[in-house]
Amino acid sequence: MDTLLLLEQFFNGLQFGVMLFLIAAGLTLVFGIMDMVNLAHGSLVMIGAYLATTFIGWTGSFLGGLALAIPATFAVGALVEVVALRTLYRRNHLEQVLATFGLILFFNEIVRIIWGPISLYSGLPDYLTGQVEIIPGAPYPVFRLIIIAVGLAVAGIIYAIVAHTRLGMLIRAGASNNEMVGALGINIKSLFTFVFALGAVFAGLAGMLLGPLTSVEPGIGEPLLILAFVVIIIGGIGSIRGAFIAAILVGVVDTVGRVALPVLLRAFVTDAAADTAGPAVASMLIYILMAAILVVRPQGLFPARTG
Amino acid sequence: MDRRQIWLSLATLAMFAAVPPLTVIFDQPFYMDMIARIMVFAIAAVSLDLILGHGGMVSFGHAVYMGVGAYAVGILSYYGLDNGFLQIPVALGASALIGLVFGAMSLRTTGVYFIMITLAFAQMLYFLAISLEEFGGDDGMSSMRSEFGGVIDMYDAMQFYYVIFVVLALVLFGLHRLVLSRFGMVIRAARSNDRRMQAVGFPTYRYKLAAFTLASTICGLAGVLFANLNEFVSPDVMHWTHSGELMVMVIMGGMGTLIGPVLGATAFLLLEEYLPQWMEMAMTNAGEHWAIIMGPILIAIVLFGRGGIHALFAATIWRSGGKRNG
Repeated sequence: MDTLLLLEQFFNGLQFGVMLFLIAAGLTLVFGIMDMVNLAHGSLVMIGAYLATTFIGWTGSFLGGLALAIPATFAVGALVEVVALRTLYRRNHLEQVLATFGLILFFNEIVRIIWGPISLYSGLPDYLTGQVEIIPGAPYPVFRLIIIAVGLAVAGIIYAIVAHTRLGMLIRAGASNNEMVGALGINIKSLFTFVFALGAVFAGLAGMLLGPLTSVEPGIGEPLLILAFVVIIIGGIGSIRGAFIAAILVGVVDTVGRVALPVLLRAFVTDAAADTAGPAVASMLIYILMAAILVVRPQGLFPARTG
Repeated sequence: MDRRQIWLSLATLAMFAAVPPLTVIFDQPFYMDMIARIMVFAIAAVSLDLILGHGGMVSFGHAVYMGVGAYAVGILSYYGLDNGFLQIPVALGASALIGLVFGAMSLRTTGVYFIMITLAFAQMLYFLAISLEEFGGDDGMSSMRSEFGGVIDMYDAMQFYYVIFVVLALVLFGLHRLVLSRFGMVIRAARSNDRRMQAVGFPTYRYKLAAFTLASTICGLAGVLFANLNEFVSPDVMHWTHSGELMVMVIMGGMGTLIGPVLGATAFLLLEEYLPQWMEMAMTNAGEHWAIIMGPILIAIVLFGRGGIHALFAATIWRSGGKRNG
């Protein structure tokens, strides 16, 4: 098998992985401190992508569009938290799942009404469409490298916030006992709103970066949301470090598996059987990975909280 | 399980039984199709209620077993095997086996892990179905209705309707008996306090796994009927939103009541059918955006609809167990 192809797929997997991390980070933060399952997190990916596409159209500049879309996504996140999610924290997980399921229907339809049902394409400015040869003989798109860089940078920023700032201290304290944090005089409500909106920005950023790679359409966040669930199950719910490692693992295994598995299978079975079974098994690979990890560690790789 | 609940169940079934003659009298065959569809989803929702309502297992992947049952019919039909006496055991066996495997792994976890893992496993089979190019992949495939050696003609709308009706009635009766049995008591007790049940000496994992497998099998049977109803099978049956909808049906009708989910399925599917039409009446072209109303309706039901439709009739208020069930 072609080593260069494999390497290229590895980079694609890395890029997919950091994208999943951006989504999983907000999900796991919100779960960690608010004990809240939010299915509508995928809708924030979609809203980020739509806002970016619109603002890029208005400003005529890719970076300008992103600069507007990020605070806008933050505002949408804060609004959603204040209006809808706040009432759900005290409910049980089943009710949270179903209420946020209702939110998804609502958001998808709002987007369809505002932007129409047709897919949008945002395109890239010229300076981002090129390719570079990081490995001799294997040109790789600049934009995908930028996604990897942004993802790693965000991971660094989240780590710095959680581990080294006052806000991070409150987040960690909130994760272990948020009532006590409130009793100590911290405005827990605004902390929740801020953390949720921050998570919304990360998810929105994933959507903004995804936009130019694919098309932007209603419901684009949902398949990613379910993969983000797989990520935080593997990583351990509430753990940022676990989410990062699991996201990269899932991204690489999924992407490389799709290319390598059919080839690998040919070594064991006939070509025809490998061509049939290859894609089928490859599409299940990360779930098999998840099941295997759960057999060994039912609470994920880095369990952050018990129960 | 009080008398009123039994009367409510019988009254509901009596209404379903009366539908075909009425559609013939008023010459409205469309309604027979619609109610047949409602009953198929009602079977799936009742099976979910066994584990969700009685067992406290929030399975977010239940639609997948409907898909397994449907694909069993579709794939056998693809190879020319239309005999229902063969299809049904295969479909039930397949959905039981998959339920057993998924349940065995999912039930090692609890709470929010369980929700997400059942969702993830369901998504896995969804993508598997998409990758099966031989069986239509993403587009699905058409299938024949099952044959029962001339005993039952599934192409006869009236006979088909009553087949679904009888299955629904048997499932309701069987699960009603099961829930009242010792097995059902153990399942409900494990929902209230799993650790205490284990301390008392019950292997709750095995009990829960048995309930999970049984629910999957019944849902597989609903899948067999679903494939027959549509004469078409596609991965869409297993889409995660359908699992969410089954949960909504259970909550809407009343969790842990068995007849509640039947009413919930009825209300949900009627709403899905008529909400666009009502909105269209209010404003031109508004009907296509029915989800913008449906979403908030779901939220309102979850937030305010304690006990669901069942509570309206039976006046027994079901109280949520706080965070415990999550």
